[in-house]
Amino acid sequence: MAYTRRKLLMIVFLVLALISLIILSIKVGSANLSTLDIITALFNREATAASIIWNIRIPRILASIIAGILMGIEGSIMQCVLRNPLASPFTMGISQGAAFGAAFAIIILGAGTLHSTHADAVIVNNPYLTVFAAFAGALIGVAAILLIVKMRSVTPEVMILAGVAMSALFGAGTMFLQYFATDAQVAATVFWTFGDVGRAVWNDVWIMLIFMIPAIAYFLYHSWDYNSLESGEETAKGLGVNTERLRIHGMLISSFTAAITVAFLGVIGFVGLIAPHIMRRIVGHDHRFLIPTSAILGALILLASDTLARSILSPIVLPVGIITAFLGAPMFLYIIMKMRR
Amino acid sequence: MVLSVNKVEFSYGSVPVLCDVNFEVKRGDFISILGVNGSGKSTLMKCINRILRFKEGMIFVEDRDLKQMKSIEIAQKIGYVPQTSENGFVTVFDAVLLGRKPYIKWDVSRKDIELTEEILKIMGLEEYSLRYINELSGGELQKVVIARALVQEPQILLLDEPTSDLDLKNQLEVMKILREVSGTKNIASVVVMHDINLALRYSDKFIILKDGQVFTSGGKEVITPEIIKKTYGVDVHVTNFEGIPVVIPKSQ
Repeated sequence: MAYTRRKLLMIVFLVLALISLIILSIKVGSANLSTLDIITALFNREATAASIIWNIRIPRILASIIAGILMGIEGSIMQCVLRNPLASPFTMGISQGAAFGAAFAIIILGAGTLHSTHADAVIVNNPYLTVFAAFAGALIGVAAILLIVKMRSVTPEVMILAGVAMSALFGAGTMFLQYFATDAQVAATVFWTFGDVGRAVWNDVWIMLIFMIPAIAYFLYHSWDYNSLESGEETAKGLGVNTERLRIHGMLISSFTAAITVAFLGVIGFVGLIAPHIMRRIVGHDHRFLIPTSAILGALILLASDTLARSILSPIVLPVGIITAFLGAPMFLYIIMKMRR
Repeated sequence: MVLSVNKVEFSYGSVPVLCDVNFEVKRGDFISILGVNGSGKSTLMKCINRILRFKEGMIFVEDRDLKQMKSIEIAQKIGYVPQTSENGFVTVFDAVLLGRKPYIKWDVSRKDIELTEEILKIMGLEEYSLRYINELSGGELQKVVIARALVQEPQILLLDEPTSDLDLKNQLEVMKILREVSGTKNIASVVVMHDINLALRYSDKFIILKDGQVFTSGGKEVITPEIIKKTYGVDVHVTNFEGIPVVIPKSQ
């Protein structure tokens, strides 16, 4: 039907926009490479620019795309299952849990001696321990929320309140650790929280990709369940949807992928909030289209922000988390002002 | 019997809501459930649909024990129109198509689309099909919700106060369509009603609930001043107008 075609066209348009942005993004960076250098490097691993292209720019671009896709999807799913426009991994305490885990690794487990290099302002000494601890911190937060929900009731209200409580608790825990830490350790924990896709190496990209594919398949398979949830709890149940299970699984899977990205890349806010909001206004609540379009728009926003982060104060490379917050806050306010209802 | 309810009991925590509810419904029946607020009408609807899980008693849908059925099977047999439903940013067509949920795996089939088109035509919603449902009036929205339940191809249709938010014209229109569709599609309809006169106009069977029990049931003859007084605590006249019984409250 005509209007379904229009939504499919939207997907095509977003994909084309993303491809153009990828091409632009490969070219942008502190090392001034010509188009010819880049093309040679792409096809010849021995070329001078090959190491910059293949080891720095491409993993960084792929990390932005994968993380952006995941954030777009996580946002659209959480906003649906929690029936709340402000739901995102950030509001559910996942980022704070990860930040606490990272702080714990750096301060207590000693993963945080600082080095200064030309490429980056500060690097964390033992990134794998930090990534693991951040991931564990995020998952502990999710587990606590789901435990509370199981004990009480699987309703959006309980989930959100539990999320807010966990955020506050983890925030307090991080501050407590920082209070007893050395200056260098505090700097390292603060630095860790600046979300930065530049941290990603090929391994991280593969891991994120491996988890992304089944998560997308799961969410797309359940598109119609999410659509029925949008029509109200009782309607969904009447259509044979197990709403409790749908909520728990949706939260669990989206929190899990969020935990992975935040552990590798640090805290990157607003993408998961804005992308589904924009797409909801364009394609509506139909999750068959909302999920893929939010995903691609998430990738577009994150990659565009990172490209900007690399060029705006060049040769200084800003962490993309700062850019998304700067772009995100006013954009979000704009959306609220333009809301129809 | 397409639906039989046997000794069903249900309580919210320690507060009993339904006790020893028994009745049977045949295909093509159009039954109104009457009773005061809090008498357990909506709870009964949700038990029949297993949205609420009752502990005691049995419900059979075409001789199958409801407790043994998968929720997707229930949704293929029973269509449910709740008291309230949300209206999001989706088109009328998609909102009705959603009723095919119990049959959809990865994507909608040709049959799903055709059935949706057929029901939209029956409900007179064809020209609205590409309108967004948050732009509809209350009457139109209610028709969309009923259309969604019909597209499920149910054998039993449960409607919880389908006319309570509608104006007079829409009340009559919705009831007329429901009555007709139940007949042509041979569906057993169970409708919770507050408007006794509307129920008398369109139903042939009545179940009156009082304090979570079936107080009385039967044809139009059960609607008498005594029964109404005992159920609602209101003195009424029951007269006959153009062959339809009419309940008129006595002036206080």
